[in-house]
Amino acid sequence: MKTHFITAFLAGLIFGVGLLVSGMANPDKVLSFLDLAGAWDPSLALVMLGAIAVGLIAFSLIKGRSQSWLGEPLRLPGKTKLDRRLILGSLGFGVGWGLAGFCPGPALVALGAGEAKAAVFVAAMLAGMGLFELIESRRQAGS
Amino acid sequence: MAIDWVSFTPWTALAGGVLIGLAAALFILLNGRIAGISGIVGGLLKPQRGDSLWRVLFVAGMLLAPLIWLMLAQLPAIRIDASYPLLVVAGLIVGISTRYGAGCTSGHGVCGISRLSPRSIVATLAFMGTGFLTVFIVRHALAL
Repeated sequence: MKTHFITAFLAGLIFGVGLLVSGMANPDKVLSFLDLAGAWDPSLALVMLGAIAVGLIAFSLIKGRSQSWLGEPLRLPGKTKLDRRLILGSLGFGVGWGLAGFCPGPALVALGAGEAKAAVFVAAMLAGMGLFELIESRRQAGS
Repeated sequence: MAIDWVSFTPWTALAGGVLIGLAAALFILLNGRIAGISGIVGGLLKPQRGDSLWRVLFVAGMLLAPLIWLMLAQLPAIRIDASYPLLVVAGLIVGISTRYGAGCTSGHGVCGISRLSPRSIVATLAFMGTGFLTVFIVRHALAL
């Protein structure tokens, strides 16, 4: 098996452990962060800070390269325009996030922990993503 | 705004954040890819030859994280107050809109900001904004 398959698994594993350690896998804690007008728990700001601090180093190390350290092609998003899809999509995502306290990563981890409610959220999320693909393929077929 | 000092967990938050950053770092440095969960999962729904196994393995790592944790320690509390119908609505919205917005908390919030992408900074401000607003409306304006 090629190395990058093993590293993909390891990255997912470390990501998941990070979400558990940080408290982000717990929707109750996420909602306490999003509730500025209530008893505010600022923890998640520090999660972002810690993650971005490490991320900044990693992305500066990769700058200017065309391949990863394993020789895989570097796939960075090429889009630079602030388009309507980006903004409306992101605004919508915040609404869904605020309703249940789940974003995609933590929902997967909570599902792995055996939470039935996380399974329902993930199933609905997959349905939403499938709907997106359906709409996109129709749009492309029509244009 | 009143800070809930009892619930505030600065050290585990930072440590967990560093681990998340480390995972994202490994993924870009070794695999050359952005660790964006909505994109990784979403790509499985439009499978392309040779492009699915790494996605499955990444997701498997995330799903197995709690099980491996359980071998060493008790899992931290996971409290989900949302009702089943609300979870369905929230899941649908998160699924469709993260694909339209081309990312979520990980792809835009962690990786995008780390590479100083203007699109990701705008996206993060947008979903943080509506996240705060939604919780304010649900908890305080409607007092549900």
